[in-house]
Amino acid sequence: MLKLKDISIKLGEFQLKNINLELNKGDYYVLLGKSGVGKTVLLEIIAGLIKPDSGKVFQNNLDITREKIQKRKVGIVFQDYSIFPHLTVKQNIAYPLKRKKISNSDKDELINKYASLASIKHLLNRNTQNLSGGELQRVALARMLVSNPNCLLLDEPLASLDIQLKGGLRNLLRQINQSGVTILHVTHDYEEAIALSNKVAVLHDGEIIQKGLTKEVFRKPANEFVANFTGIKNFFVAEFTPINTAKINGTLEINVSNKDEIKKGKIIIRGEEIIISNNRIESSATNNFKGKIKQIIPYLTNHEIIIDIGVDLSVVISDESLQKFKFKEKSEAWVSFKSTAIKIIP
Amino acid sequence: MYKNKLSNFDIVLLILGGLILLFIISPLLSMFLATTPLQLFETSKDPEVLDSIWLTLRVSFLSTIFFAIGAIPLAYFLARTKFKFKRLVNGIIDLPIVIPHSAAGIAILGFISRDSVLGKAASSVGLNFVGHPVGIALAMAFVSIPFLINAARDGFSNVPVKLEKTALNLGASPVRVFFTISLPLAWKNILSGLIMMFARGLSEFGAVVIVAYHPMITPILIYERFGAFGLKYARPVSVVFIIVCLVFFILLRTLSKEKELNNA
Repeated sequence: MLKLKDISIKLGEFQLKNINLELNKGDYYVLLGKSGVGKTVLLEIIAGLIKPDSGKVFQNNLDITREKIQKRKVGIVFQDYSIFPHLTVKQNIAYPLKRKKISNSDKDELINKYASLASIKHLLNRNTQNLSGGELQRVALARMLVSNPNCLLLDEPLASLDIQLKGGLRNLLRQINQSGVTILHVTHDYEEAIALSNKVAVLHDGEIIQKGLTKEVFRKPANEFVANFTGIKNFFVAEFTPINTAKINGTLEINVSNKDEIKKGKIIIRGEEIIISNNRIESSATNNFKGKIKQIIPYLTNHEIIIDIGVDLSVVISDESLQKFKFKEKSEAWVSFKSTAIKIIP
Repeated sequence: MYKNKLSNFDIVLLILGGLILLFIISPLLSMFLATTPLQLFETSKDPEVLDSIWLTLRVSFLSTIFFAIGAIPLAYFLARTKFKFKRLVNGIIDLPIVIPHSAAGIAILGFISRDSVLGKAASSVGLNFVGHPVGIALAMAFVSIPFLINAARDGFSNVPVKLEKTALNLGASPVRVFFTISLPLAWKNILSGLIMMFARGLSEFGAVVIVAYHPMITPILIYERFGAFGLKYARPVSVVFIIVCLVFFILLRTLSKEKELNNA
């Protein structure tokens, strides 16, 4: 339903090069990229706020590259929400309806419908100056949904919200997507992609370096940047001689399943697939190493342990496991992982 | 409660500032004190004075409104558009502030006299701008319009472009975006500019006296009374006019403040 074909633009220091992207109806597409990489510019090109130097934007197979902003049915919600400060919440939501030829009661019905969906019905008569970031985001979403866009473009919608608000808003975004609205969401946070999207594209240096189903991109990152960016930390350059052995950093040897007989490349091991224990355990895992715990980093739902086994390895464990096995920094521990858990990237 | 002790620097600031305030207040105050209530009463009943004040208020007001129709869009254009000679255009807009107002009057006179294109066009329909309220309005607008354009341009510049883009994205036409987003958000500055333009028009003498000695606006009437009868006769007219101007000024400021509060 929305297709970008060879979009290129140069704006000052950065540029977008030959961006190709295709969204099908009902997709929740996340565009991942670091700050300042041009994600917002791409959204503004789709919305018609900026014209690309070259390339085309298609909506339902119609070329809309030069179409007027107000004629496109593509709604953009900016990171700073862009709520009209001189209007009340209700007036903000009603803004897209003013010139629509529908009765006032129908307008009210629409406003109430989307205010309820966004859980802001109680705020309708409020001024917008004193609303929180989460509330403003909900007003912006309700206002956009009232205009009935075919596709919703979200610019870092969760970036400036605290953790509790993020959860609620993620649910709202899922609801909106499940109601049939196609969403293109740009963010620098890979967790948002995992949490929400069915498809993901990674933007780096002005180009899309990988795109596809979210699961596939996260399981099979195309290169080191994607691997790092999507949160995979165990990423090593390796030589494969003999063929089922990977020599990391010229020293550490680990067993791999190198069916494609690759000679030289990179390997990744997901931290979730490494077992850590106080003693060596007997299992089908062929890689068992003793190491020294360098750091234990707490996260919201789990912990990351950095252990030195000749190279630094990142292991993810749950809070319960950490308490049960009482791992401590500077103490010794064993790690084990199966050769089939190692992904080889040529 | 803890009080900050004044530093020597603060004392110097206070003394210098106080002197400047005194410089502004003293002449006005002495003029008010030198005018008896009876003189004020007599002057405020003088038909010549009343006609003149009414003419001045009316012409300045109408000229402000009429020229605002073009000045506000120009200010918006200047705030939103980048073009090659923008600095030059901004300089041209400030020109009436820096040139002597009598010279501005001469320029306006040349522009509207019977020999000019505009003058000829006007006389073909039986109008002569020289010595006519329209001529006065043009002279007033010429010297006061920079105040409106500059204030409105600053106001529009302060409106985030993203809000306008959002409104367009929500389906509004550029015209609707201007009237529902840009104009209301810049209104505080625009209103301030309108008041300044109106006030500046009321007080104009130099440019108007060259374009139209008659009908007589109040600054010219004050000058004429001073020339013909002396300070004693010019003073009450000045006081009455200042009071009227102040009343209008305070009224407009209060109205704009009330609007702000209602919008808050």
